[in-house]
Amino acid sequence: MSEVTKLIHKYLRHDKKFPHVWCPGCGIGIMLGALIRAIDRIGFEKDEVVLVSGIGCSGRLPVYVDFNTLHTTHGRALTFATGVKLANPRLKVIVIMGDGDAVAIGGNHFIHAARRNIDVTSIILNNSIYGMTGGQSSPTTPYGMKSSTTVYSNIEQDFKISELAVTAGAVFVGRGTVYHARLLDSLIEKAILKPGFSMVEVIAHCHTQYGKQNRLGSAVEMMEWQRDHSVMVEKTDTLKPEELKDKIVIGVLVDKQLPVYQDEYKKIRERAMGMAGR
Amino acid sequence: MLLQGNEAVVEGALRAGCRFFAGYPITPATEISEILSVKLPQVEGTFIQMEDEIASLGAVVGASLAGVKSMTATSGPGFSLMQENLGFAIIAEVPCVIVNVMRGGPSTGLPTFPSQSDVMQARWGTHGDHPAIVLSASTVRECYDMTIKAFNLSERFRTPVVLLIDEVVGHMREKMILSEGEEVEIFNRVKPTVPPEWYIPYEDTPSGIPAMANFGEGYRYHVTGLTHDVRGFPTSRPDEIGPFIARLHRKISQHFSEIQMTEFFQNEDAEITIVAYGCVARSAKRAVFELREKGFKVGLLKLVTIWPFVRSAVEKVLQTSKILLVPEMNMGQISREVKRVNRGMAKVFTLNKVDGTIITPEEIVNRIMEVS
Ligand SMILES: Cc1ncc(C[n+]2csc(CCOP(=O)(O)OP(=O)(O)O)c2C)c(N)n1
Ligand code: SF4
Ligand SMILES: [Mg+2]
Repeated sequence: MSEVTKLIHKYLRHDKKFPHVWCPGCGIGIMLGALIRAIDRIGFEKDEVVLVSGIGCSGRLPVYVDFNTLHTTHGRALTFATGVKLANPRLKVIVIMGDGDAVAIGGNHFIHAARRNIDVTSIILNNSIYGMTGGQSSPTTPYGMKSSTTVYSNIEQDFKISELAVTAGAVFVGRGTVYHARLLDSLIEKAILKPGFSMVEVIAHCHTQYGKQNRLGSAVEMMEWQRDHSVMVEKTDTLKPEELKDKIVIGVLVDKQLPVYQDEYKKIRERAMGMAGR
Repeated sequence: MLLQGNEAVVEGALRAGCRFFAGYPITPATEISEILSVKLPQVEGTFIQMEDEIASLGAVVGASLAGVKSMTATSGPGFSLMQENLGFAIIAEVPCVIVNVMRGGPSTGLPTFPSQSDVMQARWGTHGDHPAIVLSASTVRECYDMTIKAFNLSERFRTPVVLLIDEVVGHMREKMILSEGEEVEIFNRVKPTVPPEWYIPYEDTPSGIPAMANFGEGYRYHVTGLTHDVRGFPTSRPDEIGPFIARLHRKISQHFSEIQMTEFFQNEDAEITIVAYGCVARSAKRAVFELREKGFKVGLLKLVTIWPFVRSAVEKVLQTSKILLVPEMNMGQISREVKRVNRGMAKVFTLNKVDGTIITPEEIVNRIMEVS
């Protein structure tokens, strides 16, 4: 059996779940592959992994995978994940969100989970659009682009998800694209292994909604655009600001240490028990 | 022991085995958070203050799925924010407890004054057809007992349970005897005993309540807020949706006797019955004494379970009473239910107060003298 087939057999659910809901050529499948390869390399038991998601095309991902899976409400995945992790810190909690999910309706939960340094890994599929509901603008739709609710032109500025995570205090922030699949594997692996709040932003195409409305071509053409517009973070020092203007900076953007919530809470418990015992 | 209602909630929660609390500060429920932030870490539990009430209930549901009895406490505005994830807990069948120490509304309303205006929100606040278990308390002791009961019912029926407390009951101090050796019935969720390959997480069992595996125990399954089949996978097949929604209701409706709690007082010969709950039931009891002295044959039906509505108890008082009075600190939320059950058999009168003050025994006495 080829490696891929082995992984499919090991990690995908075979009962009743296929065919999947995604459009042919969608980038979400590549992200799913990267996630499975990362978890397989790390070697977690399937029983100890909890995959949590919000609502959207990306939020449909967990149902296909044979872990403990939790498909929550729109934008709220991180709140459920916080409860799961604190109730049983042995569980490895990974959260899948879309751009609208994570930084529109769930924006407040996102910055607070990062600030608290809850030990979960967030993987955010940023396709610059609300895919599932039919291509409305999201907080990451760039200025001047079209969507089904900005048919004239989007007049709002877009959020940069990774930069938002950095500012909110995430201890690990990585950005990749679905074109750079190898890089994505390693970013996700590093993020999962990082204690504390880690985040990987996955730049992806939604050729059927965002691509179509902005005449950006097929899935392949949109992935070629990702290739041509990405710059590894290590190379940015050598580039002038103008050269970076329309570029996506990919790679590990932040990797730092801060006290992890559940470790700190353990100390609180010890203090509380000491005081109760007195 | 002299305890406040909100403190009794905390004691009840800990006794029931609650080991996780997530909440957001709000008057008049804040004491519950503050005290649990001290006590939960002492018993290896977890307290977390979240960024809002949406997040609070999300975290509570997550913790419960991971196997820990969990709760939150709030008041009107926060309860409004919880409605989304309350619906999730209902459809995904996740046990948890939500205490709502009510204030006057709408909106920010009357933060520090009593009200009973969330009775209907507790029943219908979240969207979709759903069952609801909602309890109330009129004494400090009941705050303790009903918190335990709320946990037991939530674990038994795999559903969120709401406990409605009036601000005055939450803040009132009363003597309460809590003996260490006191026997308390504690119910824990039924876990699967079959091997994981055989586990059907949303199986349509005769009781309607499937066994619940906690995350990490070897039973990997899917939990979703989408309508799902017996395995938990999203479905849009009518032959799977219909039976699923029917089971959600059936698991509650076929166990009314375990859920519905009431107290009858001086009812044997009552020609007039007062139907009341929460702090109003206390005033009603006093009013019964006073009216009996005046020669009125008055009794009290006190509702402890608010939802599912106690139809059979109302039917029972209708056997002797030709007049019912429903005093409430809202514009008439439970009186609608009483009228629905009554179907013209007795005259149903209301006494509604929404000015932030409690309904006094005198007001009830006067109203009864007026209508009888
Ligand atoms: C509370 C709530 N509001 C709105 C919706 C409808 N809705 C479903 S998915 C979605 C947007 C999804 O966009 P995104 O998060 O970017 O995910 P994508 O589909 O692009 O992966 C919306 C608005 C919902 N399910 N719940
Ligand atoms: S709508 Fe867009 S994001 Fe959703 S499955 Fe189709 S291509 Fe993917
Ligand atoms: Mg999107």
